[in-house]
Amino acid sequence: MLKIKKLHKSYPIGDSSLHVLKGIDLSVESGEMVAIMGSSGSGKSTLLNIIGMLDEADEGEYILDNVPIKNLTEKKAAIYRNKFLGFIFQSFNLINYKNALDNVALPLYYQGLKRKERIEKGLFHLEKVGLRDWATHLPNELSGGQKQRVAIARALAANPKLLLADEPTGALDTKTSYEIMEFIQSLNDEGKTILMVTHEEDIANMCKRIVRLKDGVIMEDSFVEQVRAEQYV
Amino acid sequence: MFDRDLWREIFQSINMNRTRTLLSGFTVAFAILLFAVLFGIANGLGNTFADAFVDDASNSIFVMSGRTTKAHKGMQAGRRIQFKNEDYDYLKNEFGDKVQYITARIYKSVNASFRNEKNTYDVRACHPDHQYLENTLMAEGRFINQSDLDNKTKVIVIGRLVEEDLFLKTTALGKYVNLNGIQYKVVGVFEDEGGDNEERKIYMPVTTAQQVYGSNDYIDQINLTYNPNMNHDQALAFGRTITNKLKNRFSVASNDQRAIRIRNMAEANKGVETMTSGLGILILVIGFGTLIAGIVGISNIMIFIVKERTKEIGIRKALGASPKSIVSLILVESVLITTIAGYMGLLAGTGILSWVGPSLETYFIKDPSVSTSLVIGATITLIIAGTIAGYLPAKKASRIKPIVALRDD
Repeated sequence: MLKIKKLHKSYPIGDSSLHVLKGIDLSVESGEMVAIMGSSGSGKSTLLNIIGMLDEADEGEYILDNVPIKNLTEKKAAIYRNKFLGFIFQSFNLINYKNALDNVALPLYYQGLKRKERIEKGLFHLEKVGLRDWATHLPNELSGGQKQRVAIARALAANPKLLLADEPTGALDTKTSYEIMEFIQSLNDEGKTILMVTHEEDIANMCKRIVRLKDGVIMEDSFVEQVRAEQYV
Repeated sequence: MFDRDLWREIFQSINMNRTRTLLSGFTVAFAILLFAVLFGIANGLGNTFADAFVDDASNSIFVMSGRTTKAHKGMQAGRRIQFKNEDYDYLKNEFGDKVQYITARIYKSVNASFRNEKNTYDVRACHPDHQYLENTLMAEGRFINQSDLDNKTKVIVIGRLVEEDLFLKTTALGKYVNLNGIQYKVVGVFEDEGGDNEERKIYMPVTTAQQVYGSNDYIDQINLTYNPNMNHDQALAFGRTITNKLKNRFSVASNDQRAIRIRNMAEANKGVETMTSGLGILILVIGFGTLIAGIVGISNIMIFIVKERTKEIGIRKALGASPKSIVSLILVESVLITTIAGYMGLLAGTGILSWVGPSLETYFIKDPSVSTSLVIGATITLIIAGTIAGYLPAKKASRIKPIVALRDD
């Protein structure tokens, strides 16, 4: 599903440069649920952004679903992001002047679907996250948990191969966090491949595999016994 | 690019961001409004200026006589030069088609009365061509004609204000007015744009005046217009030729400045032309100035809009928006707002001009207006400039890395 070899990334800071990723090797199979952990500055978010094609690596190889991701034009990157990837952000990143349904349907718009189909699919995914009744509400009329669920519905709408979540529970309280994790687990049960960045142990333990980063290298990569979230809800 | 979904996206964005839309629209509308109003006022000034010179034909030459100041050919200085009918004929025949219209003038002051109304007026005795030289407009009846001259008939043409003074509210045409004891028939009433003074004149045939007031063939002044096909230099040369020939004819020293004098409008016209072109440059500067101000305003708004939408653009890109779709989203929205706001500014500007226009005449601004095509041209210029100004930030926005746009501030 996803193969990364000897990935390097550095950011220029003034005259010098900060070496953030120092040769990452990672491979993820279809249906996995992986948590990337590490303290702040360990490079975990940078890794996720490169996987999400939001950022480019300086060196190394990245193959997603047998497609080498290299020297992408903006246009190609847009198509790949739309086709392969669904994003879930810590701060939700909903468009604040669009209602829940329009937000969910936006990736479908960029897929070139007709409006009728977009509404149909958008409502289907809202239904799935349990917010069909909130379809016409603007993001600022929703609670944090509801916003994240709209964002998840949006990430699912384009039926991506890989879901990328950057601290999906970072802005939520514990109870809501577990509800969101329960939902993400159920998506994984259905076969979705999920990659998430987190720094919370309990959230990481709800995944099936934990990759620990420190100072730009992988310190530990282990499969864990998944803690089901529903027992806390 | 212009599919219905794009429009739906744009209308949603406009509808949900009303303040932004109103602000940017207001800037554009105000720029066009200013353009229309300033241009209109400048045009109004131009109109006033043009009007100030319509009293007399702009190609006139006035020929006047006085006393000699220098002894010449055995004659003493101080000799009075008197024009006669033969001099009028001489000028008329000597220069052929170089002369367009020509008239003699005799000045008299008369006491005029009709029934109980009395007043003093200046009489100008003249030839029929005088009408064209003075831009006299006939309100009623006719001007002096050749048959009046031939028969020395006692007819007069009176100014609009003379009719008002003597005839009060009644019509003067066909009635008889007493001028210094002699009855004259009013055959015409005229208007003149040269002001009230010009409309308090009375015209009569030159031959009638000569017979009634002196039994001679003296004339006071000769006015003519030169062929309008002459250019400025030719007109000035023509004026000098007339002076020289007349000086010869009356045996006046060629360096005598007083005996024969001419006033050539071609000399004044040079000044008028300079003023008019100066005003034209002023109008251009005003036009360009407001347009540039508008363009700068739009550019600023576009930069602001792109900045404000950076995060939204990042989200859209993360969801798979192509750079092209980002550019068209921003550009089409701004072009749409510019067009609508520009049109409203145009309506407001022309509306204001036609509303306050009439009351501005006291400030030397007459009939201030702009041609619609000019304002539409200005609006289109603004739209194109706005598009170019907006394209660069939009292009830049489309290149923003989503990760930069999505970074939490």
